[in-house]
Amino acid sequence: MSTHDAVTPASARIILICSGKGGVGKTTLTANLGIALARLGERTVVIDADFGLRNLDLLLGLENRIVYTAQEVLAGSCRLEQALVKHKLEPNLSLMPAGNPRMLEWLTPDDMKTVANLVAERSDYVLIDCPAGVEQGFKNAAAACREAIVITTPEMSAVRDADRVIGLLNSQGIQPVQLVLNRVRPKMVANQEMLAVDDVTDILALPLLGLVVEDEQVIVSTNRGEPLTLNGTSSPAARAYVNVARRLRGEGVPLIDPSKERRGLRARLMAKLRKSGNS
Amino acid sequence: MTLIDFIQRLLGRDKPSGALARERLQLVLAHDRSDLNPELLEQMRREILEVVQKYVEIDLESGDVSLETGDRVTALVANLPIRRARPLAIPRTAGADMPDGVVGHGEIGASTDQRTDPDEVDAEKAAVADPPLPG
Repeated sequence: MSTHDAVTPASARIILICSGKGGVGKTTLTANLGIALARLGERTVVIDADFGLRNLDLLLGLENRIVYTAQEVLAGSCRLEQALVKHKLEPNLSLMPAGNPRMLEWLTPDDMKTVANLVAERSDYVLIDCPAGVEQGFKNAAAACREAIVITTPEMSAVRDADRVIGLLNSQGIQPVQLVLNRVRPKMVANQEMLAVDDVTDILALPLLGLVVEDEQVIVSTNRGEPLTLNGTSSPAARAYVNVARRLRGEGVPLIDPSKERRGLRARLMAKLRKSGNS
Repeated sequence: MTLIDFIQRLLGRDKPSGALARERLQLVLAHDRSDLNPELLEQMRREILEVVQKYVEIDLESGDVSLETGDRVTALVANLPIRRARPLAIPRTAGADMPDGVVGHGEIGASTDQRTDPDEVDAEKAAVADPPLPG
C-alpha cells in the first residue's frame, strides 16, 4: 500500500481525532493509533494541535527530543524535517510538536492547513490530535483534516459533547466521521449501570470504528512513555487500538462484544431475574 | 453496585441508571441540536396553540408541543387533541388575511373533519434541520 519512493501529495489521509470533552482519550488514541499504523508499514505523522496543553510528546516518550515545533516551520525558520521528531523505536512514525501557547493569538485555520499539507506530502497517514472544546483551537484543527474520528466514553457529558462536535464536523462537510467508544466497562454495562454500546451508536448515529474496554495498562504505558501498541498486543486496549488501525486501512476486523466478556455472578443473576420478569 | 443497591433493584425500587442516562441524554440532545432554549420553545408553543385555536377547539390540558430526537434529526412534535372544529370557521377565501407562515386552513380542517370526539388526536410533525451551522 505504501509507496515510499514516490511523492504522493493528495493521497495521504489527514484524520482529525477529536471529542469535544477533555480527558476521554484523544491523545492516547492518537499515540496508539499512530504507532499501530506505523507498525503496519504506513508512514505516519501525528500532529499535536493542542497548542495550549500539549501532551502528545509525553505519551510517545519524545518530550526530550523536541528542538523545533510547528511555530518554526510556519515562520520558515527551520526545515520541515528539522521539526519532525522521528520515533526512536518506530521509524515510520514522526511527531510534529505543538508550538508555543502564545501562538494561539495569531494561529489561523490556514496555518494548520499549511502544516498538515506539508507533512502529508511525505506520509500515508496524518493524525491530528485536536484540543478539547469547540472554540478556535478546534476550528483550526478541523480546517486541516479531510476525515475525522470522534472518540467518546459511555458517559452522558462525553456523549453530549461528542454530539456537538459531530454537528460541527457535519456542517463543515467533513466525511467520513467515525466513532471510537473508549473506556467501556463490560461489568457495568451488563449491570445496566452504564450506557450500552448500542445506546451510544444510536444516539450519535455514527459507524463504530472501535471499542476500547477500560484497561489499567493504559496508565502504565503513559507513565513509561511507551504506547501500548508498541509492545505487541497483549492487553485488551492494545488489541482494540490495533484493530482500529486495521479497520481504518479497510481490513474487516470484527468488533469485540463487551457483553460476551466473562460476567460476574451478580450480573448473571440479574440477567436471569430480568428474563423471568419479562416473560 | 453496592449490596444495598442490589437489594433495592431486586425489590424493583430502583431503575438501572443506564436507562436513565439514555433518556436524559436524548432529551438534552433534542434541545442542543435544535438550539432552542426553554423560553423560546415555550413562546413557540403558545403561538402554535393560538394559531391552531383559531380553527379548532383544542384540549389545552392534554396538549403538548415538544422536541423529539433520533438519528441526528430533531423533530418538533405537536400533540393537540381536538375537541371540535370552530362552528364559525374563517371562510376559505380569507387565506390572504392569515399571518405569514402559519399552518394553512385546509390542512387542519381536512384532518379534523368535523369530528367531536375529544380523544381524537392530531399529531403534526415538522422536521427541524440537522444541527445548526456554527456562528
